[in-house]
Amino acid sequence: MRAWFFTEDAYPYLPNEDSFESIRVSLPNKHFDPDTGADLYNMYLDMWCAADEMGLNIMNNEHHQTATCMVPAAPIMLGILARETKNARLLILGNPVANRSQPVRVAEEMALIDVISRGRLECGFVRGVPYETAPANVFPYRGTEKLWEAHDLITKAWTYHDGPFNFEGRWFHARQVNIWPRPYQHPHPPVWVTMGSAGSAVQVAQRGHVGAVFLAGYARIRDIFDGYRKSYHETHKTEMPIDRLAYCALICVGETEKKGLEGAEKLLWYMTSNKVPPHFSNPPGYHPPATAATIMRGNQSGTGLPTTTTVAEQMARGNLFAGTPD
Amino acid sequence: MTGGTTSTVSLRGVDVPLVRRGSGPPVLVFHGGEGPLDHLPFAESLSGNFETLYPTHPGFDGTPIPEHFDNLQDLIYLYLDLIDSLELRDAILMGFSMDGWLAAEIAVMNASRFSKLVLVDSVGIKPGGPLDRDIADVFALPADELLTAAWHDRSKAPDLVEMPDSELQILAANKVAHGLYTWEPFMHNPKLRYRLHRIDIPTLLIWGEHDGIVTTDYGASLRDLIPGAGLSVIPAAGHHPHVEQPAEFVMRFLEFAL
Repeated sequence: MRAWFFTEDAYPYLPNEDSFESIRVSLPNKHFDPDTGADLYNMYLDMWCAADEMGLNIMNNEHHQTATCMVPAAPIMLGILARETKNARLLILGNPVANRSQPVRVAEEMALIDVISRGRLECGFVRGVPYETAPANVFPYRGTEKLWEAHDLITKAWTYHDGPFNFEGRWFHARQVNIWPRPYQHPHPPVWVTMGSAGSAVQVAQRGHVGAVFLAGYARIRDIFDGYRKSYHETHKTEMPIDRLAYCALICVGETEKKGLEGAEKLLWYMTSNKVPPHFSNPPGYHPPATAATIMRGNQSGTGLPTTTTVAEQMARGNLFAGTPD
Repeated sequence: MTGGTTSTVSLRGVDVPLVRRGSGPPVLVFHGGEGPLDHLPFAESLSGNFETLYPTHPGFDGTPIPEHFDNLQDLIYLYLDLIDSLELRDAILMGFSMDGWLAAEIAVMNASRFSKLVLVDSVGIKPGGPLDRDIADVFALPADELLTAAWHDRSKAPDLVEMPDSELQILAANKVAHGLYTWEPFMHNPKLRYRLHRIDIPTLLIWGEHDGIVTTDYGASLRDLIPGAGLSVIPAAGHHPHVEQPAEFVMRFLEFAL
């Protein structure tokens, strides 16, 4: 088993939650102080570098127009870490390729990070959360189809070394593709893709990529992982290697059980501070109509994150682990 | 469907439900982003004078979105086929909101089967500059602001809280189709303003005075691009004058159509 250190680079110095409509999309950036931001970015980079020194691997990601994650361009942060760290594997989870118009540019950015870090990149692709729809201005319907087509173009760009090719797909077009540099790792960096259901695990398993799940809890995780295992076995006629599945939860450890749990209370900010109204969490085409209808009626916050907020409950659900390292 | 007959027109693998109501000269009605209108009181009134034809767009009212559909272009060509297959002659073409745009695009391409064109609180053009919000961002407005923009009397809007699950899911699916046809460029075709001069049939724009989705100023801009077009503004109505003031709406329509 491998362990990854992840921080979402939040900007926590916000006015009272009642004073703004949403922490995502519409929160005015007058609330972002550049000096404070500079301190935070450098603190987060220091944390990642410390993780590297302690033997942990590193994961980062990006979101847009939100105080929950100050990094709108994960490859830039990872570019810094490619130079500043020495040993850690560098996981970006991930590139929201359905929302980016130029997959070839993503292939180039990833290859560059892979070369600078001498082959330490692990490259994730994600569909993205619903509130990314407005910042990207991409209609989220058929987002999964777009993700896989972008994936196919990117992996082709990484692995074809004999001069240019053209790509004319359903969603993306590219001309005279011939990226410089090519990736350091051969045939290409390991690929991760996020999964939200047993159904979405199928294609990830078919391609043999690492399937990653965020905060699904015990209730859904077995379904998703079993879906992966089944699909992997059907496609590859062999049992899935143990390193193909990943889970991300919130973790807080202290010298004593009590200190770990106290830290976990602070960590819950990540869940309780995700105030997002339905017009951003429920854009047309993102959720299936049954889910969208429920959000329309106002019965659900629609943030996609668990809504209960006690440490005990989240620990029972498998979304939070806290206590001593043992 | 109350007061009408429903059939399915199959157009090269795409099935289009079609409701016919009444008898008389034909009126082809495009329903707009809210979905089918044939059950509304104004439709009942129109059926006294006309054979009204109400197709349902793919993706609306529980129908599937064809795999190859991406935007309004697909709807335009689907309806060019439908219009030919129905062998319409001297029909009136009427489109609401998103489908005023659809109707205008069709009239620009081929108005030969139509005698008159009616556009109701229609989108389709962009009169202003990049930072002008010509058309309200209906996919990102808070529910409360959307109601205020769309309705003069908000009590006439559908009540989502009381709506049965099955209906609400259809509404949610309608919204997906609405987004598909209008996402980018948002609710307009930048080229359309250079083509509207081709509309050579009498055209009336009907507008709710208090429409906050596309204002009467927007309506005037659209009118000015269509040769000889008129703009008829209905008081005490928003984006849905046919719902808020059905009698007045029908009267304005009849004055123009008969």
